[in-house]
Amino acid sequence: MVLLTGCKKSETAANAPATEIVVGEYGSLTGSEATFGQSTHNGLKMAVDAINAQGGIKGKKVRLVNYDDQGKTSEVGTAVTRLITSDHVIAVIGEVASSLSIAGGQIAQQNGVPMISPSSTNPKVTETGDYIFRVCFVDPFQGLVMARFATDPKNKGGLGLKKVAILIDQRQAYAQGLAKYFEDSLTKIGGQVIDKESYQGGDQDFSAQLQKLKQAQPEAIFIPGYYTDIANIAKQARAIGITAPLLGGDGWESVQDQGGDAIQGAYYSNHYSVDEKRPEVVNFVSKYEQMTGKKPDSMAALAHDAMMLLKDAIERASTGAEANGIPSHKAVRDALAQTKDFQGITGKITMDEHRDAKKPAFVLKIEGKTSPIAYTLAP
Amino acid sequence: MAEKLSAETPPNAPAPRVFLRSIVPVAIVFAFAFAVQLAIPSGTYSEKILFDIGVNVILAVSLNIVNGLTGQFSIGHAGFMALGAYGSIVVTYYGGYALFGDVLRHDTVAGYSLYVASMIVGGLTACLAGYIVGLPSLRLRGDYLAIVTLGFGEIIRVLLQATPAVLYPSEMQEVPGISRIFHLGGALGFSHGQSYNSLGFTWGAVAITLLIAYRLRESTHGRAFLSVRENEIAAEAIGVNTTRYKVNAFVLAAFFAGVAGSLFAHQLGAGTASRPEEFNFMRSFEIVIMVVLGGMGSISGAALAATTLTLLTEVLREVQDYRLIAYSLLLIIMMIVRPKGMLGTREIWHLFRSRRSTVNNRRSTFTGEGA
Repeated sequence: MVLLTGCKKSETAANAPATEIVVGEYGSLTGSEATFGQSTHNGLKMAVDAINAQGGIKGKKVRLVNYDDQGKTSEVGTAVTRLITSDHVIAVIGEVASSLSIAGGQIAQQNGVPMISPSSTNPKVTETGDYIFRVCFVDPFQGLVMARFATDPKNKGGLGLKKVAILIDQRQAYAQGLAKYFEDSLTKIGGQVIDKESYQGGDQDFSAQLQKLKQAQPEAIFIPGYYTDIANIAKQARAIGITAPLLGGDGWESVQDQGGDAIQGAYYSNHYSVDEKRPEVVNFVSKYEQMTGKKPDSMAALAHDAMMLLKDAIERASTGAEANGIPSHKAVRDALAQTKDFQGITGKITMDEHRDAKKPAFVLKIEGKTSPIAYTLAP
Repeated sequence: MAEKLSAETPPNAPAPRVFLRSIVPVAIVFAFAFAVQLAIPSGTYSEKILFDIGVNVILAVSLNIVNGLTGQFSIGHAGFMALGAYGSIVVTYYGGYALFGDVLRHDTVAGYSLYVASMIVGGLTACLAGYIVGLPSLRLRGDYLAIVTLGFGEIIRVLLQATPAVLYPSEMQEVPGISRIFHLGGALGFSHGQSYNSLGFTWGAVAITLLIAYRLRESTHGRAFLSVRENEIAAEAIGVNTTRYKVNAFVLAAFFAGVAGSLFAHQLGAGTASRPEEFNFMRSFEIVIMVVLGGMGSISGAALAATTLTLLTEVLREVQDYRLIAYSLLLIIMMIVRPKGMLGTREIWHLFRSRRSTVNNRRSTFTGEGA
């Protein structure tokens, strides 16, 4: 039955006059990483609505088709294949988790359809091929930023520390990668990793690892995990008397809602801060709050940037000989690759030769309900 | 092992029947796999769905050998699948490098022979693990076995997470020979998988699995499995070595799960298909659900349930956010309406035959139909 409907859809799409541009999205709308998927989807929807309100791209309305992948690679394969072969999308936007972006990217690459990952920070994502782009920074850069922030003297905005311990979530490739890059950068610039402990994402009790970390007496603890565990870790660390500042990566966002007092004074690197005063940011935050009633996290901001960047690229791409007035996949890819100083919500985006976005990273300090920028590093 | 089992025929059967039973199904199998390969264009949505169905059918039918035919309760099938996936991808990636000097896909006879070899290696890896886990734990019964198999699946997942990154060709020289195979990519998954698979391989494997499962059940071994399921003490009393048969069932099921894992690891967009998180206990449960829904002990039932559930997740894509709620709801309704599963212990062809003949019920007495 599905096979039949699948065929029917592709026929109508092929015969239809090109009055609209179809953009595909795949993401974890259900599953353990659903919060990221939902934010990404909201950011995209908001961008598409804004584009259509202004008359679309090249006079054509944009239609967003999104499929849930439940956070599984096998489902990613199905979703991306369907987007490309049945829905005939101009480009694919997704995923948050890097391993899922790699899986989806391989299919997009094989079909010669451009893909933009809004927030996958693992370097391997864009290694998949020349049709794969991203609008966020990569983990080696994020690791470097946190290492520099920890070791830079206080008058340069850093913490002026040398001895750092790391607590790694073994379940997440993101955490494993970021921990490695942080350690590499730190040792290179004269810092020292004095202890490494690990946990499994979803654990409830971290006392064994924290006791060991406490005995090592680090000046700071770097915990590159997801916010769901961080709140627990911070509370338990404070309870056993660890006073060293806690450092983290962009997976920490939303930790403020759950961490309470324990997380105060901690630092994490991120793509932007909701509390920034740049007009784009203020405008985006207020519109997003109107739509969803929540403050936008960086997943939403990056997704918004990905869509706007795609719009920009489609507009720049030459329509060539295409009868329907929509540029070819190749033309869109070439335009994306030439992106220079594109002004997004998360900063100015320039695509480098690896199709990774070159843009600054921010270190945010958790202060009450706000998270002001404590440190900025440009690439 | 598989061939030995499928060749079990009564010694006094006339030659034409032996031929019909052994050669013809195999020929049909390959003709069918070949037809599927030709009929469905590569890289399409239909291909991907048919692939998912194929893998799930193999998993469900193989778990049915343990849970359905032998009456044990294993919930660690995804662990064997993981071993098969990693075992095979190591062969095509690191083995491919040793053989061809690069890690690309080779669309040559040598490339595909390597892939077939990798499937067998994947299956055997899972087999070996099945033997090691099964031998001590199959002396346990019921809940205890479930806990052991669940634990096994999780151990495999956690071990795979702790492995170092996959080696690039440029890094191969730094790591000597055999120790390369432990570079499995950690939590990110084996990030350089090549999509060797096609529907021909998938459905060839499906058909072989179905054939062996069916012939197995009709053989002496199968009867022993069934006797263990129906009454272990009685089985032991008539001289069935229950532990041995349980281990046999377990090892055979592990082999096919390993083959399913190899197919999975080389699918379209194989990049990170082999990812530890992909083989967590949720997947094990999905397979158990397929077996229970199809009817414990029914081979065609397991296949039918695997097909239905895979299609169901796709059809329910239309309702987006409510997909998993709808899916679970349908399962609950199904189990209330038909607690025996779709087919109970019968096979799909019994539905058409049962009224016509009551004399020709030799099979049903053995399979426990109507009990």
